[in-house]
Amino acid sequence: MTAGIRAATDELQDVLRKFGKNRTDLLPILVEINRYFGHIDSNSIIEVSRYTGVPIGEIHGVITFYSFLGQKKRGRFVIRLCRTISCDMAGKDQIVRVLEKELGICFGETTDDGMFSLEYTNCIGMCNNPPAMLINDKAYGGLTPERVVEILDSFKLSEYQDMFGYGGVE
Amino acid sequence: MKNEKKKILFGEFVTGAALTRALEMGPEAVVTEVKASNLRGRGGAGFPTGLKWELTAKQESDEKFVICNADEGEPGTFKDRLLLMEQPEKVLEGMAIAGVAIGAKQGFIYLRGEYVYLKKELEEAISSMEDRGFLGSRINGGDFSFSVEIRLGAGAYVCGEEFALISSMNGYRGEPRNKPPYPSEAGYRDKPTVVNNVETLCYIPYIVTKGAQWFKEHGTRASTGTKLFSVSGDVKHPGVYELELGITVNQLLAEVGGEGAKSVQVGGASGLNVAEKDFDQPICFEGLPPGGSIIVFGHQRDMLHVLKNFMEFFVEESCGQCTPCREGNYRLLEGVRMLEKGECSVRYLKELEALCDVMKDSSKCGLGQTSPNAFLSIVENFKTEILYR
Repeated sequence: MTAGIRAATDELQDVLRKFGKNRTDLLPILVEINRYFGHIDSNSIIEVSRYTGVPIGEIHGVITFYSFLGQKKRGRFVIRLCRTISCDMAGKDQIVRVLEKELGICFGETTDDGMFSLEYTNCIGMCNNPPAMLINDKAYGGLTPERVVEILDSFKLSEYQDMFGYGGVE
Repeated sequence: MKNEKKKILFGEFVTGAALTRALEMGPEAVVTEVKASNLRGRGGAGFPTGLKWELTAKQESDEKFVICNADEGEPGTFKDRLLLMEQPEKVLEGMAIAGVAIGAKQGFIYLRGEYVYLKKELEEAISSMEDRGFLGSRINGGDFSFSVEIRLGAGAYVCGEEFALISSMNGYRGEPRNKPPYPSEAGYRDKPTVVNNVETLCYIPYIVTKGAQWFKEHGTRASTGTKLFSVSGDVKHPGVYELELGITVNQLLAEVGGEGAKSVQVGGASGLNVAEKDFDQPICFEGLPPGGSIIVFGHQRDMLHVLKNFMEFFVEESCGQCTPCREGNYRLLEGVRMLEKGECSVRYLKELEALCDVMKDSSKCGLGQTSPNAFLSIVENFKTEILYR
């Protein structure tokens, strides 16, 4: 357990070392930690505070301001479905049902295996090809129920295998 | 680009030519030319770009900064995504010319978190331009140096507001603040800073090489040039269109295959809802807001549902710092929910309309000042449709 924490801390230090220690480095640091670890835990906040000299409370204030930064552990793949008007009119509600049924969770939740989180987001600039969603860093437009299932399957098949060396699917 | 007529932005472009020309002209002549073109900011607020540059150029400081505002968050806009994907060098060259004009050595692209997938290609474009001597130190072998870095946002609509963006880059919550001082006096790291929209910067190389007079041949007298329109909703051909400012809604609809629309949201959620009777109005700074977002609603659409979607957006994206915006948007959404149930009286609706005026007058930034627009215009256009249902 202790070794695990130390390993995580070492990784965190590696991330921090890539940045300067000015106040202007704070957001890039937080974005990178969030990307690398999937969230920013209290240990990370303390370390960032030590590194930059910004008070813990202020770091907390910055994290809570941005919807993409979070202190709660999210899934390995965060699915953010656009709910703004152009996507809404193009059948967003059906995509909501597909995602919830296929993953067995509601919006705002993470699957038990920690792979997928479901969230809503506001306009992601894919209005010419709605409905659309982001999965981590990638945007997917023109969603249909079939396409959503295909996309989810591709993650389940390839990424599960890549990450854990699974020989197949359950 | 959907339209055949390639007007300005998607016309011929040779990387570096405009920057070389700008360096020959010198800072003052560049500012004069941009001022003479009457180019106004393409992000939505429409502040004259040349004036912004002049104010920043006048400041004495050891450091100045150019920031490209790529925090494109207005519902219905995606033109900047297209420019950054297809023409990153044009954006970067526009930034470098801004650097020449105001005397800055460092530029930043503030890229919204939702567009993180563009980061790699932008970085490649930066290093490619550095390799060819168009960015980096001693550009064209002269004394001018200019480098560009990318900063990522993290999902906050309000950060598209000039000062919220700067607060965010400075490492604080992305909250707007009262002005003055303007960014031209105290921006990034409290140094004089110019913040320009992606599209605005893309016009700069053309103005520098072809001249202000040429630019003014496009558009109307008060709104010179063309504009990129992001078209979505109930149209046959959604996409990005470059059209002359001053185009009427009808003309635009004909261009994009949106004839027979019930209404059009011009300028995004913070813009205006325009009903059929006003389709002959021009889109320009002296007419309907030219933010660039065009969302078309067909006759099957329930306008109260549309309004609810917009109000939910604003409630979520208000930074919560000032009361008129935080509470006002919440009350407007509550009003929409009452309308949905048929529980909103005409008298209460009038009170909400008065609240809209208060929000416009007293909110700190553009978000709270413009968020009542959707409410007011949709209620005005579709009163019989939404009352007592």
